[in-house]
Amino acid sequence: MNNFKVLINGIVKENPTFVLLLGMCPTLGTTSSAINGMGMGLATAFVLICSNVAISAIKNLVPDMVRIPAFVVVIASFVTVLQMLMQAYVPDLYAKLGLFIPLIVVNCILLGRAEAFASKNGPVPSFFDGLGIGLGFTIALTLLGAVRELLGTGRIFDMQVYPEEYGMLTFVLAPGAFIALGFLIAIVNRLKKA
Amino acid sequence: MEYVLIFITAIFVNNIVLSQFLGICPFLGVSKKVETAAGMGMAVAFVLVLSTLVTYLIQKLLLDPFDLGYLQTIAFILVIAALVQMVEIILKKVSPALYQALGVFLPLITTNCCILGVAILVIQKDFDLLTGVIYAFATALGFALALIIFAGLREQLALVNIPKGMRGMSIALVTAGLLAMAFMGFSGVDKGLQTALGM
Amino acid sequence: MKKLESSLKNMLLCLAVITIVSGGLLALVNEKTKGPIEEANKQTLQAGLKEVIPDFDNNPAEDTASVVINGQTYIVYKAYKGGQSAGAAVESSAGGFGGDLKVLVGFDNDGKITNYRLLAHSETPGLGSKADTWFKKGGKGDITGMSPADGPLTVSKDGGQIDAITASTITSRAFLNAVNSAYAAYMQQAGQSVPADAVSGASIKSDN
Repeated sequence: MNNFKVLINGIVKENPTFVLLLGMCPTLGTTSSAINGMGMGLATAFVLICSNVAISAIKNLVPDMVRIPAFVVVIASFVTVLQMLMQAYVPDLYAKLGLFIPLIVVNCILLGRAEAFASKNGPVPSFFDGLGIGLGFTIALTLLGAVRELLGTGRIFDMQVYPEEYGMLTFVLAPGAFIALGFLIAIVNRLKKA
Repeated sequence: MEYVLIFITAIFVNNIVLSQFLGICPFLGVSKKVETAAGMGMAVAFVLVLSTLVTYLIQKLLLDPFDLGYLQTIAFILVIAALVQMVEIILKKVSPALYQALGVFLPLITTNCCILGVAILVIQKDFDLLTGVIYAFATALGFALALIIFAGLREQLALVNIPKGMRGMSIALVTAGLLAMAFMGFSGVDKGLQTALGM
Repeated sequence: MKKLESSLKNMLLCLAVITIVSGGLLALVNEKTKGPIEEANKQTLQAGLKEVIPDFDNNPAEDTASVVINGQTYIVYKAYKGGQSAGAAVESSAGGFGGDLKVLVGFDNDGKITNYRLLAHSETPGLGSKADTWFKKGGKGDITGMSPADGPLTVSKDGGQIDAITASTITSRAFLNAVNSAYAAYMQQAGQSVPADAVSGASIKSDN
């Protein structure tokens, strides 16, 4: 598989949200608007790319029996780096995403990719796998955020499309997250058949 | 009285799954049968209380005095992973019956984000140890409640003829949405109770 | 390169090295970002102060006083212009619908409200969260120019003069409570005490 294929595979065929159904907590918890969803997606992508490259670089130095704790330490370190960088340079976004930033550690996507891809491939393909899956996650979260923001408040990326009074507030609140994602997955299922 | 309020709030008003979005993976993954849902709920309650206790002590006795706050994430996740392993080994030796009931769920719990989430929340909210542990227990009960109700709904759902595209995760998510909507009816109950109890 | 075997020595060595390397990395990044994080926090405060106090030339962030009323601590940021007092901003909070509501309220020398900024809240998005603009100049519940000196500010439902946010009476009450106690703190800091009922009258009422 060449690198380009690896990249596209992550975005479309193995899209972490719509196909693999991984990382549901941040997917539902941070997508009350398109911009929040995008921020969360990019934050996860950053950690995923770093951890994928680092893990594939050290994979031969890690004995099999301790590989899971070793991977977790690597991932947790990058998450903490991200936390500090966000606090320093994008404090507003950090405040909005809150708890979900440290929780990237337990996002199954990261450990999943470390196990399934990075521990078997070299750093370069692992970089593209991280990029692909990260972008796939970002696109999915942005899309879900955009749908919820549009239905709930009549805006997309803070631009008013129709008057706010006609919005269905539920979609910005908790139930809307589940329902919107449920229907998006149904649409993806339908498209896959066609 | 304060503790009653914490209980009500954590179980109904700010349900960990349906309004805080933590622990969604097991919520969607282990909810096909009521029985397994109950087992998972118990396992989570057990680990959540224990891990909150341990991470709290680590934060207050190790990280805070030595100004190592930035190691919080890494320290907590390692402690939780080690703890789950330990619980598994001890249960196997001490209580085979309990191990039979909870064993299969334990490995899944390490990556359940409500464990790490609650550990961090307790520190963020600046609870004392007792309040933190009670909060953790109540949160776990809330998790179990949501999980069991949801599993009940899905058992019924399996018998219904659903449009092809919606089958599986799609309809499950919509159902969860409706359940979350029902739980929204509890919002404000904590405030009312607070006033009623004169706090 | 061959994969290392899972011998005890290898395992311990591997985990130890990884932990030390990542610990070192984190300590380094922590050291590097400490400055920018503080800077970012300062700028947030500065932006807030600029918004709520109309005109000043000192640095209120460095000229603060803390006031304790009923066990709660309030921070008063004092503003000066050309050596003359130019009002102050007070950081205050009150329990809202979903959790604590934190506001920075600006007062001029006469104790009139100049502006405010919602610092943190956990109100329902789309309903209670409207408090960030509702009570501002041009908003439906405009409180600019009012002063809690003439009695605590309350919503019209409680016999007051301010329109509550639609469907969010509890949030509106909490917000006004925070403003009222900010005023009390400001007055106490200025050396004038406020009659006790101005603050206690602000407690949450049970009807909705």
